[in-house]
This record gives sequence, C-alpha cells and structure tokens, in this order.
Amino acid sequence: MLGLSLALPVAGAVSIALLRRSPNAREAASLLTAGALFAIVLRIYASVSGGGRPSLALAEPIPGISVTLEAEPLGVLFALVASFLWIVTTMYSIGYMRGNRESNQTRYYLFFAFAIASAMGVAFAGNLFTLFVFYELLSLTTFPLVTHAGTAKARRAGRVYLGILLTTSIAFLLLAIVWTYAVAGTLDFRQGGILAGEVAGAAVPVLLGLYVFGIGKAAVMPLHRWLPAAMVAPTPVSALLHAVAVVKAGVFAVLKVTVYVFGIDFLAEAGASAWLTWVAAATIILGSLVALTKDNLKARLAYSTVSQLSYVVLGAMLASTLGVGGGGAHIVTHAFGKITLFFCAGAIYVAAHKTEVSQMRGLGRTMPVTMAAFLIGALSVVGVPPLAGSVSKWYLLGATLDSGQIALAAVLVVSTLLNVAYLLPIPILAFLSKPEGETAGGGPQGGTVLNEAPAWCLIALSFVALGCIALIFWADRAFQLLQPIAAAAGG
Amino acid sequence: MSDHLPVLQVLAPLLAAPVCALLRSARAAGALAVLASWATLAVALALLGEVRAVGVVSYAIGDWVPPIGIEYRVDMVNAWVLVIVGTIASVVSPYMIASVSSEVERRRIPLFYAAYLLCLTGLLGIAVTGDVFNVFVFLEISSLSAYALIAMGTGRRALTAAFRYLVMGSVGATFIVIGIGLLYVMTGSLNMADLAVLLPEVWDSRTVKVAYGFLGVGCCLKLALFPLHLWLPNAYAFAPSAVTAFLASTATKVAVYMLLRFFLTIFGAPFSFGTMALDRVLLPLALVAIASMSMVAVLQVDVKRLLAYSSVAQIGYVVLGLSLASVTGLTATLLHLFNHALMKGALFMAMGCVVYRIGSAHIDAMAGLGRRMPWTMAAFLVGGLSLVGVPLTVGFVSKWYLILGAIERGWWPVAVVVLLASLLALVYVWRVVETAYMRPYEGDGRAVEAPPGLLLPTWVLAAASIYFGVFAKSTVATAEQAARVLMSGVGS
Repeated sequence: MLGLSLALPVAGAVSIALLRRSPNAREAASLLTAGALFAIVLRIYASVSGGGRPSLALAEPIPGISVTLEAEPLGVLFALVASFLWIVTTMYSIGYMRGNRESNQTRYYLFFAFAIASAMGVAFAGNLFTLFVFYELLSLTTFPLVTHAGTAKARRAGRVYLGILLTTSIAFLLLAIVWTYAVAGTLDFRQGGILAGEVAGAAVPVLLGLYVFGIGKAAVMPLHRWLPAAMVAPTPVSALLHAVAVVKAGVFAVLKVTVYVFGIDFLAEAGASAWLTWVAAATIILGSLVALTKDNLKARLAYSTVSQLSYVVLGAMLASTLGVGGGGAHIVTHAFGKITLFFCAGAIYVAAHKTEVSQMRGLGRTMPVTMAAFLIGALSVVGVPPLAGSVSKWYLLGATLDSGQIALAAVLVVSTLLNVAYLLPIPILAFLSKPEGETAGGGPQGGTVLNEAPAWCLIALSFVALGCIALIFWADRAFQLLQPIAAAAGG
Repeated sequence: MSDHLPVLQVLAPLLAAPVCALLRSARAAGALAVLASWATLAVALALLGEVRAVGVVSYAIGDWVPPIGIEYRVDMVNAWVLVIVGTIASVVSPYMIASVSSEVERRRIPLFYAAYLLCLTGLLGIAVTGDVFNVFVFLEISSLSAYALIAMGTGRRALTAAFRYLVMGSVGATFIVIGIGLLYVMTGSLNMADLAVLLPEVWDSRTVKVAYGFLGVGCCLKLALFPLHLWLPNAYAFAPSAVTAFLASTATKVAVYMLLRFFLTIFGAPFSFGTMALDRVLLPLALVAIASMSMVAVLQVDVKRLLAYSSVAQIGYVVLGLSLASVTGLTATLLHLFNHALMKGALFMAMGCVVYRIGSAHIDAMAGLGRRMPWTMAAFLVGGLSLVGVPLTVGFVSKWYLILGAIERGWWPVAVVVLLASLLALVYVWRVVETAYMRPYEGDGRAVEAPPGLLLPTWVLAAASIYFGVFAKSTVATAEQAARVLMSGVGS
C-alpha cells in the first residue's frame, strides 16, 4: 500500500509522458492516477485509524540510516488532503491550461505527478532522513512547474524559489539532522521523541530553531520570500502546490519534528519553543499586513498563505496536545479554503484576464459562480462558523489560552480581523460595485453577459467551495485522528 | 596466477603501452588500451576480494625478501584506491576512442594511448607498491606521461598548461624524493612496513621532521591542495576531454593516497596528529580551499575551468576529512575519493560530449542544450546535483560523514563551512543548468545528441553516482575498514 502510494504517481508520470501525442488520453491518465491514488490513501487511512502503523523499508543508503515509509495519523491526514485535492486540481488544470493555451502541457502534468509522488514520500516518511530526501525531491520537482512560463521573470523567480528552499534545507535542516543523529544515534520518528535526555540547555532552542528555519517550506519569516516568488507559476500550481502540497509539507514537517523528534513533553519542559511562538506570531501579523498592501490577487493570497502557515507553526510551538491537534486540523481546513481562493483567481484570469484586485469591480455580475465560491473560501479562511476554517482556529485559540498566552490569543484575533480586511473587500467589490467604465447613471444591467471560466474550472472550484462547508463535519474527525499521537505524548 | 595479482596490476598496462606505440592503427591501439584498462579493473577487484579474505597481500618482486627487495603490499586502503583507478580507467578508455579522434592528430593517436597506459601504470604502481622509492619511480612515470597527455590538447594553450604542470609537478616530485632520501639516511630502509617500525626510534630527530615537511609539501603539490593548486585549472581546461576526465578522477586521488600512506602508515597517526599537529596545519588550508575555490568556480565562464576549480574545492573536502583525525573523518576522505571520482568523471565526460558537438566549453555556448542534447545535459545535471550533495547521490553520502565527523569533534564552524560551500556548489552548477535548460538555443544546429560511444560511458558514471548514493552500504563499509587500517598504523 505504502509503496503503491509512491509508485502510482510515478507510473502516472510515465504514462503521461508516453501519451504526450494525445492530450485527451494524457489528461485521462492524470485523472485516473489521481483517483487511484486517493483510493489507496483511503485504504491506508482505514488501516491507520484502526491503530495500525504499516511500514516499508525501501533502501539503506548509509549504514544505520534507511529510507523507510511508515504511515501514522499526521501523515495520513496530509496525504488524504494532498491526494484528494490532486483530483480536483487535475480537473481544474485541464480547463485552465487549455483555456490559456499554455505550452509544454505534457511537461506540466509530468512534473505535477512527480511532485505529488514526492509529497506522498514526505507524508509517509518513517524517519528524518526519508523526510529530508523527499523534501528535497519536492523542491526539485516543483522547479520546472514554477518556471513553466520560461520567461526572464520566471527564471528569476525560480532562482529565488530554489535558492531559498535549498539553502535553508542544506544549511540548517541538514545540519540539524546530522546533529540529531550525532547525539541521539537514530533518526527514527518515535512516539515521545528521540531527543529527550540527549540534549539540554541552550542547545535545545537552537536545534529547534535550526529545524523550524531549515524547513523553509513552512515560510516562517524572514524565509518566506520564495512563496510570493513562486506565484509566477500557472495558477493550478499555485493552488495545489503553493497552498497545499509544498507549503503543507513544510508545516507538516515542523509538526512531525515537534511530536516525533523532540516530543511535546520534552519541548514543554525545556521551554525551548517559546521564542519560536513569537517568530510565528510575528509572521502571522506581518504576513497579513503585507497582504493588505498587495493589489495583485495572487500575491495577496500568497502572503495570506505565509500568515496562515504560521498558525500551524504556532500550534506546534505551543507544544501542547491542543496546539498540535489544532495545527493538524488547520492543515486540512486552510488547504480547502485557500485552494478555493486560488481556483477563483485562476478562473478570473482565464475568463476575464484580470489579475489585480482593483480591476475586479462588478465582476460578480459576469462571474457569479466564481465570486460566490470566492466568498465562501474567504469566509472559511477568515474562520466564520459554520465554515471549515472556524474549527481549526477555534482549537488554536483554545491552545493559546490553555497555555496562558493571552498575547498570542490576541495575535490570532487581530490576524482574523486583518483577514477580513484583505479578503472580504474583493467579493464586496465584485458584487456590490459597478463594473469599470460603467457610469453611475448607466443602465442597471446594461449589456451584462455571463462570462465564466471553462466548465472544468467551474466544476472544480464549486467542488472545493462546497468542501469548505462540508468539511465542518469532518474537521473534528481530523482532530480526533490526531488525538492518539498527541495524547500518547502528553500522557 | 592469483599469487601474482599485485604485480599483474602494473604489468598489464605497462606491457600494453609499448605495443600501442608500435601499432599503426588507431583503432587497434584503442582496443588494446580498453582491454588493458578492463584487465586492471578485474585484477583490482580480485585483489580487493583477497584483501577482504586475508587482510594484507604481500608480494616480493623477483623473490627478493623484503625489506631488502621491493615489496608490493596491498591492504584495504590501497585495494580501495586500485579499484577507484581501475573503475575510472575502464569507463574512460572506451570514451577515449570516440573523443580522441576529434581532438588529437590521427598519427599521434597510438602514441596517445601509449601515454595513457603509462600514466595508468604509474598511478596503479604508486598505489600498489610497499616501497617508498618505488613510489617515486611510479610517480615520475605517471607524471611524465600526464604532461604529454595534456600537451596533446587542441590549441597552443595546452602546451603552456602542460609546461606549467611539468614545472610544478617536478618541484613536487623533487620534494618527495628529498623526503624519501632523508628517511633512508635516518633508517637505512625504503620498505614502508619496515620504516613504520624503525621510525618511532628517531621520531625526535629534526631530520625526520624535515623529511615529514618535504613529503607533505611534495604530496600537497601533486594533489593540488590550496595554495599549491595553480597548475590544475589550466591543465584540466586545456587537456583533451578524455584526459581531463581521467586525470581529474584518478591523479589527485592517488596523490591523496600517497599523502595518507606517508603520514599515517609510515609515520603513524600518533606522530602526525600528535607531534606534528597535522590536523591543525591542514584544517585551515582545507577550509580556505573549500570556500575560496568554490567562489572562484562561481565566477568562471568556461565550464571546464569551472569544474577544475570545483575539483580544487573538492580536494579541500578530502583533506578536511583527514584533518578531522578520526575514523569518521577518514571514512569521509576515502569515500569522497571514490564518490568524487564518479561524479567529476561524469561531469567532465558530459562536458566532453558538449565540446565534441559544439567545440566550446563556454557557458554561453551551452544555451538551450537541455533540449538539443537531452541525455548529455541530464548526465551533467545528475553529476551536478551530486556535487551539491543532494540526497540519494554519492555526494550526499560523503558530505554526511564529513559533517558527522566535524560535529563529533565539536567543530561546529567547520560543519557550517561545509554546508555553505555546498550552496556555492549549487550556484555554480545551477548557472550551467539554467543556461542549458532555460535559455533558447542560439547555435547553428551543430548541437545534436552526442554519439553513443561518448554517451554510454558518461552515463555509466552518472548512473553509478546515483546507485552508490542509494546503496552506499558496501562503499561505506569498505571505506570505514580502510580508515580503521590507516588509523591503527601498519596494516596487519
């Protein structure tokens, strides 16, 4: 099962390459692979939620250090989200890529499949080394997607992207991993951590800092620049990879390290993560503030992602059961909310060729479905009940209060207000104000015709928007799934 | 037959060399060179197997009993080096056939193969012998033939590059022979194992320390340790492509072996790291080599020169492992000898393919080659990622042990320098990759995929640099065993 979850997307990639002459067959192969992958992850979920921990050793590159896959609740959760949204994104991609007449579509689907395979590897990594391997592969396989356009601007952005991600992972993360190996003698993920009693004093916060900043994909400031840069990619890439798979792989890795390498108890005792909660808090606020200043819709969403990712980092750094559970749940809920917003941004670009927020006046008249979905996504990201985003925010708020950090709770509240300030004006502008060029005295509905994105796009974005609503029933289940890891560590 | 393995190691290429020189046909000479190279690999592997079984293989030349006669003595360390040289020779020699025909004058080709085989003889000889004067003899054989090989490069700058190497190389060899002379004066012996027993009695004498210095400087000149590397970049840049690939993967590696042998087997780890504080002398040089040469590599526009500077930086890694003065550090050193040979061989051979097609190694000339020569550039990418040290490549494995060794000694800044230098490697590799893959092709259509005769050997090394990155167990185990032998002094 675990092996299949990696082999399937790779096999999908191969068949995509083989079917390059026939776009329809190629896209069918993409969809089929995505569907099959989700089915497999569901099977793994069934086994893990029953208490199983399936594992599979692949290779042993260095004596004592192996590439091993192991399914545990956190990873299954991440894999479920990534594989499910891959199906939706593939549908969306078909509409988007054809609607925009993008070139090199085969390469696009090919590397997309490779990226998903790497993300699965990150999700099911059984030890730090495996996590590191797939983490790096994920950076490399997404590079051709980021630079898809091939323009000078895309090349520059690609340099920033790969530069920051590889720099941080080699300079900090690898150092942290070797350090961990040198003191603990193992890199396995274990319940309760492997570092307790092996390091002490000032070394603990330093090591934790190396991990948090070394995992550049978590986009903790000041190492977030790659994420806005990655927005030159086609929108489906931004949607799945830079709102879900890649960035969530980052915060997921932070959670994993917190729970399975340090152990919540050890961190809480050592107080090593206190300084990082403030780094996360600063990122939350600053990210939102920068988002406010961006007129480009994708840039605004990117900074919003930077800010939201730090919610998860904050949850992890609180080093409590509630924090980790809330962080895990936020991975899921934010994924749905943000992918909806990106899908809408892409749909607006395909249908109306608009990229700036200020151009979106009155767009609700020509693209009602898209803008309605945008509203739902925005409300979910803000955290308005009964939408999905409210659940995880609720848990995270609870976690901050639980640990007596009133200031951190205040940060979350302020950030929510900022979310409202930078997200909600967009649907309001779209629905309530008049289209550009139309004078106040003009006819009420004069000449307005529907101009929506291609059907594939619409289906996908409506689907995820509905997901934001439906998820309220499942968000709690995600939290429950995470209980055993956090509880065992706490108990 | 198997009793004579150590001497066969040298005899096969040595006997094939004059035959090559006599042959008129370039094709026949090439075939003979390939056969001789393959024979050396077979012998080297057989030797490694035997060393694994019995520990140390000793062979008395002409049945003169050592220490009177010349002894060939193979333990884990030189068995490992012999396998490295044999592997590279057997992969590069088929590559030569296609590559040399476009770069060397036709009537000189048989002579070229003769020089190559002599060079191979010399390198293998240095590694296999247990006699220090014999080391010098083989060193001269390999060096003289290497000068000739480099001088056969296209363009007149190859001549000056070869001449410069000749001057520097001769200085190095002279230093070594002076060191050997001093040792002989003090002990009356030239046999390595014998010297290792006799030397501790005279450790305190200034002559021995001076000999140590002469040997050290001589070896460092040959292995191109910063700041004694000046001969290397031009020699690599202007030599024929196949020669560059061969020398870059073997010559400096054997020089490193020579250094390890002199310092750790003959003088012994206690003397080197204790009395002479070797670790503290080499550490700063290694770090400066790694940092400065990586930076210089970033600035190069000729990709062969870029790779040459990268080689000097990588030698810094190798020496750094030695200066960590631990089994982990030496394991990293020995691993990197093999791993770097694989990746740098692949990179130089990929560049050879490029030069074969477009006649230039300038970075701008490589624009758009990612699509025109996909297999060549993919091999370059694999080698480049390995140079950076991306996991699942050989580069990662050796870097892992290097960093682990540094952390074990508590030398945090060293670990940080190693990591930062990998980022510099990323910069210079990525410059080439980006140019090849992301800029449009601007040439006149000459750039088509390289012929299989060049591509196949290139990919053997590229694939090996992935294979031994994923399944590093056997290489790590061998390197670690060899490191233990070195640290414990005389292999017994």
